Amino acid sequence: MVGTASAAWEVAAAVPDPELPMLTLADLGILAEVSEQDGTVTAWITPTYSGCPAVAEMAANVDSRLRAAGYGEVAVRLRLDPPWSTDRISAEGLRKLAEAGIAPPGPAGAHPGQSTGPTALALGPTRRAVTCPQCGSTDTEELSRFGSTACKSLWRCRSCREPFDRIKEI
Amino acid sequence: MDAEMTDDHVYLSLAEAGPEPEGEARWAYGTGFTDPLLGVDTALPAGVDGADLAVYCQLLGDDALVLSQRLIEWVTCAPELEEEVALANLGLDLLGQARHLLTRAGQADGSGRTEDDFAYLREEQEFRNVRLVELPNGDFAECVARLLLFATARHALYERLATHPDRVLAAVAARSVKELAYHIEYAGSWLLRLGDGTELSARRMQAALDALWPWLDELFTPHEVELRLGVDPSELREPVLASLAAMIAEATLAVPTAQPRAFVNGRGGRHGVHTEALGPLLAELQVVARAHPGATW
Repeated sequence: MVGTASAAWEVAAAVPDPELPMLTLADLGILAEVSEQDGTVTAWITPTYSGCPAVAEMAANVDSRLRAAGYGEVAVRLRLDPPWSTDRISAEGLRKLAEAGIAPPGPAGAHPGQSTGPTALALGPTRRAVTCPQCGSTDTEELSRFGSTACKSLWRCRSCREPFDRIKEI
Repeated sequence: MDAEMTDDHVYLSLAEAGPEPEGEARWAYGTGFTDPLLGVDTALPAGVDGADLAVYCQLLGDDALVLSQRLIEWVTCAPELEEEVALANLGLDLLGQARHLLTRAGQADGSGRTEDDFAYLREEQEFRNVRLVELPNGDFAECVARLLLFATARHALYERLATHPDRVLAAVAARSVKELAYHIEYAGSWLLRLGDGTELSARRMQAALDALWPWLDELFTPHEVELRLGVDPSELREPVLASLAAMIAEATLAVPTAQPRAFVNGRGGRHGVHTEALGPLLAELQVVARAHPGATW
């Protein structure tokens, strides 16, 4: 039986992210909308970064999950406007990130990515207070602004000595 | 011990997702390249000439593609692993921007050319990037200087293009401006570290700025389509130079005074007149696609 548009949303919303499979596309705010019209289910997804290499996989997974759930006509489309932001990650998503050992982002509005003026430069330790997802200490330092994927930076906890990933605000 | 507490949580999560429907491509990274504008409304807005928009998207897309290729050349030979990861990430951002822009170009002019047609099957004189982005990499200070000049100018442009009547171009600009802020931050932090570092690092950072500065002005020199449907880049000259001067002063270095590089009979990269550096770059970029036309994997 083919369900309603909201049932289709539930199916698409449960698709795991290819790079952060402990989170769903809905948790990450990548799934923008699912609608059903004239027997066709259309799912819109908003990719994270311009160069995100996982877009094809996301689209294929949403498509195949919807078809497996009994929807015959499925279209997956990209929605680029408005652009994705880490502010779209749900509270549940932030919690799952921390549980998986990845420090969640703070509000994106506080980052220079949102500013319009010249970039203020600063050397020395990053002042942003980041809590270690392993031991809860706030005595942490940034090792590299760029990490294993476009959306992450690499940090280290000075208390438990463990390195960890952190989602960058954008 | 709870199974979820093991290091296998990622794989357990995947397994728990249930049996994979036929055709599920989760592990098949790199096997399919989705149209970067899949399902996006590609209708041209009223008053925007498709041929002009296509050229404009090529100007911006070629800048991003060629600089991306230069950044990727640092992989395996950057000063430190962290910088290699950073430069690869910056290159990936630019590659993504280029894919969107070149795909848009092929739609806008009605030719149906794909991003691959633009990237792999055009000749050197058909590329419209500014010469700044094609120059050989040089040392790490030159890498930093070029990134700083390019990202600062492009960030200023994309801020203005985020309200362009073409909603696809506007969306690409709005997305990219946030990425370029990170590029400025990266280059700026190295400018500061090297400029306000040792006598040697300051000398080399200054030399890099001096060497690349003459190529900056091409980014502010309007191409005819920029005047017809984009942002007049000469309006960016003053605010971008002010922003750069502030960062250079912070790094205790001197703003270069060298004059802009001349054009060839008024023509530069935007008209396909390039330096000798672009040919070898394109040869490497295009060799596989040209040796195996239409190949898929």
